[in-house]
Amino acid sequence: MAFTAPNRARAREIVERYPFKRSAVLPLLHLAQDQDGWVTPEAMEEVGELVGISAAQVLGVCSFYTMFKREQVGGLVVSVCTNVTCLVRGGPELYEALRARYASDDDVFVEEVECLAACDTAPVMQVNYDYHSRMTPETAEAVIEEYKSGKRTRRGISGGRITIAGSDR
Amino acid sequence: MGETRIVTKRLRDHPDDSWTLERYLATGGYQSLSKALQMAPAEIREEQVKASGLRGRGGAGFPAATKWSFLGDDVDQPRYLACNADEGEPSTFKDHMLIEGDPHQLVEGIVIAARSIQTRNAFIYIRGEFALGADRLDQAVREAYEQGWLGTNIKGSGMDLDVVVHRGAGAYIAGDETGLLSSLEGERAMPRVKPPFPAAEGLYACPTVVNNVETLSTLPAIIDKGGEWYGSLGVGKSTGTRVFSVSGHVERPGNYEVELGMTFRELIYDLAGGISGGRDLKFFIPGGASSPWLMPSHLDVPLDMDVVQNDYKSMLGSGAIMVYDETVDPLLVAWRLVKFFAHESCGKCTPCREGSGWLEKILYRMSHGQGRAEDMDLLLDVSDNIVPGLNAPFAQTTICALGPSIVSPIVSLERFFRDEIVERFGRPEVRAGEEPPAVPSGPTVPVSFPAGAGS
Repeated sequence: MAFTAPNRARAREIVERYPFKRSAVLPLLHLAQDQDGWVTPEAMEEVGELVGISAAQVLGVCSFYTMFKREQVGGLVVSVCTNVTCLVRGGPELYEALRARYASDDDVFVEEVECLAACDTAPVMQVNYDYHSRMTPETAEAVIEEYKSGKRTRRGISGGRITIAGSDR
Repeated sequence: MGETRIVTKRLRDHPDDSWTLERYLATGGYQSLSKALQMAPAEIREEQVKASGLRGRGGAGFPAATKWSFLGDDVDQPRYLACNADEGEPSTFKDHMLIEGDPHQLVEGIVIAARSIQTRNAFIYIRGEFALGADRLDQAVREAYEQGWLGTNIKGSGMDLDVVVHRGAGAYIAGDETGLLSSLEGERAMPRVKPPFPAAEGLYACPTVVNNVETLSTLPAIIDKGGEWYGSLGVGKSTGTRVFSVSGHVERPGNYEVELGMTFRELIYDLAGGISGGRDLKFFIPGGASSPWLMPSHLDVPLDMDVVQNDYKSMLGSGAIMVYDETVDPLLVAWRLVKFFAHESCGKCTPCREGSGWLEKILYRMSHGQGRAEDMDLLLDVSDNIVPGLNAPFAQTTICALGPSIVSPIVSLERFFRDEIVERFGRPEVRAGEEPPAVPSGPTVPVSFPAGAGS
């Protein structure tokens, strides 16, 4: 069993939206990741059952997309852009600083990502896919700490507005 | 010259609530759709959209009405509309703004397009990282159902339409038209060989139209004020306005919606405030990461898709203008762009999969103090396997346009910075008894494939 009962009902609704079940693979993987914090092997199996393909085929799709994590990454995914506008606006320095700062913090996963389409506010960071603009290492750390302390509401690891009991999306 | 706000009007006038249904209805929302529901499908296409001259705003600039006309008249077979909201071209951020700022405008545009192409199913493929954008689109779609602008027998017109908001999950290549369709089918987002084009065999092998967010968001204004009015704006075959994303070393980075025909200088200096800190412009990238670069001497070139492509061997592409001042090392920018393409290459075509990685490694050492004299020629030699001949317009040995996009920064280095690079790394040595390498070496692989190949 991978999905909780409410999420399984949600999953069936998602499958119903599409003319062909297989189209539901990405939204189902998002749902699973929001629920568990990563895409577990059990979730891949259940997604496969729901859409009528094998777990191996689900893995083949899952591993193609960078948002899906196939191992535990903690509760906060911090995505820092270093692409060509952030490159000249302090993105790489921000990434290196945050990576060093949270190297031993299991709850914070700092990753380098490609352009987040907010270059007018570079350098840009997302925390669980919420945007934070014109960051410095200091302001970014302050934001991350506010998520950690619960002062800011976090999305799921896949960016959904979720709770483990059920999903808004 | 200032901005001409059409698609960005509501979100600029009402930044605090432009995305709400209340604001949308209070500012003329869904009135264009009311009008369109009185029009025949062909009338929308021919008398409005064709007359407007509207061209795709995603990058290729293909005329929207022509694309729609390829679907033909056999409406018994299922057909689909897919909105490409997978904005990922580096330094492009216009669709992101249009989705978050005016989601109902996009939904209204989708229903208008769906009426014209006579589909009952539309999908919005939104980039996975746009979490807030997906929230707002979800809400807009839900409200449109509640108001009777989506669903069955829309406002008594007999038209049915279902819209599904579908989140991607982090893959630039899903922004390619056929990559998007693969992804929407629950596969890896790998592009497909064309032909067959999506208009013949697209989503689920049925006729499909894929249109960009900005293209669809423009439709309500075209229906409201008329295709001829929109067509009277702009220059030549680049009619209307476009939203340009200006970023990098400018005083006021941001999205600017301007009438096409304005010059790069007016956009970069008058609207975006010029180069920050009063420094000099070194070069700029005029149409997203995939477009070849331009120089300060090109500042007076007009924002005209055909002029930029035919006369200056570049493109307006996705409408993203990256501006770099004199302190920037062009090799570093080229390396980071190629690193991006290497990361995002889907792996289907060998020249792109292998070539992007090799090029990234060469550019890394060149931009990090370990360059060799022969590196520039080596870059061109590898690039020649992706874009045979290296001449504009680019030929390609790959299925999709990601391959040639890798070559754009390299060709730009060769065009404008070769002397600077030679000065830095020296001239390539010519060994005794060997001819100096002739670069570009010309096609070494077949450029045109035999009829039927890959279909």
